[in-house]
Amino acid sequence: MSNLLAIFLGMALVNNMVLVKFLGLCPFFGVSKKLSSAFSMGIAVLLVMLVASGVTWPVYHLLLAPYGVEFMRTVIFILVIASLVQIIEMAIKRTNLTLYNAFGIYLPLITTNCAVLGITFINIDQTYSFLESLTAALGAGAGFTLVLIIMSGIRERLGLADPPKAFKGTPIAFITAMLLGLSFLAFNGMV
Amino acid sequence: MHSFGKNFVKGIIRSNPTFILLLGLCPTLAVSTSLDNAVGMTAAFLFVLLVSNIIISLLRNYVPDRVRIPVFIVIIASLVTIVDLMLQGFVPALSKSLGMYIPLIVVNCIILGRAEAFASKNGVSDSIADALGMSVGFGLAIFVISFIRQLLGTGELDLFGRSLFTIPGLSDNPVSIFMLPMGAFFVIGTLLALFRWMGVSKGE
Repeated sequence: MSNLLAIFLGMALVNNMVLVKFLGLCPFFGVSKKLSSAFSMGIAVLLVMLVASGVTWPVYHLLLAPYGVEFMRTVIFILVIASLVQIIEMAIKRTNLTLYNAFGIYLPLITTNCAVLGITFINIDQTYSFLESLTAALGAGAGFTLVLIIMSGIRERLGLADPPKAFKGTPIAFITAMLLGLSFLAFNGMV
Repeated sequence: MHSFGKNFVKGIIRSNPTFILLLGLCPTLAVSTSLDNAVGMTAAFLFVLLVSNIIISLLRNYVPDRVRIPVFIVIIASLVTIVDLMLQGFVPALSKSLGMYIPLIVVNCIILGRAEAFASKNGVSDSIADALGMSVGFGLAIFVISFIRQLLGTGELDLFGRSLFTIPGLSDNPVSIFMLPMGAFFVIGTLLALFRWMGVSKGE
């Protein structure tokens, strides 16, 4: 149990997807302008990460590894994720239209989110068990959502601030990300 | 020939994938801690983009419109697998230090973006020019960032084990924050602001 907790916290805080591993930077800078959309994006990524990890783990260990075709994982995983996103999108559209509208464009965009593909690779590279993979995905998704929400809160305030003209917009967002990363450095000794 | 030059040049400055379009930042920022990594990543990127642009532009009249994105992704993923295996086989040290950022080229928005926006609509020679230009632009960006980070973060520059030069006082007490992940954010943020200040790119 403590092992799972360590993986969860390690993924969410210490090895944060965005700030330490640089995965999922496109949505991090693209969608973090408003708090509400940041939250939707974060939850959508969390959901897809969880399902993708749950599917790619058996695919790798029961299908690719026994036949010795591990090198096919890049091709197989991206196809699995692309179809999963499509299926999840259709399922949500059928069952909960409000949620579907809340996710909007963000759900299909997740296919090309490197954080999702990244977490499936991490699960395999770290030789996590099935349960550990799910925990890692949950932690990574939670960490992603957390920094996305923090970032969007700061950027809403930044809109009122008055940085030097050249820094307005994206450059100051990068500097903000740097400071955010510095503060996350404090979690380093935790796990 | 005229269009070849035009398509080549546009990727370098006017629509530089990293500094102007802000696409494919993940590998650029993650591996830009040394010049070796920059060379490896640029080579891998060049191969995948060039070959995928050629194949997709050759197939552009045969792939049905509705399934084009999955087709592009499979082509790109196969090329990335080839690069990944070649690096593991020939330069294992480099492959280790680039780690999972090589397989993650699959989801690099620049490559899929060029396939969708350019190669699927243009002829082979224009697509080659486009791929070469974009790769030079990408390589330039990752080199500039790696140069700054390695120089300030370790106080010296070396390329594949050969020391290029050392800054006397700095190599004993390097500004190690530049080697940490947040150093990359700082460098690219400052560079973007610098380009705006110089008027290379437009502000908001």
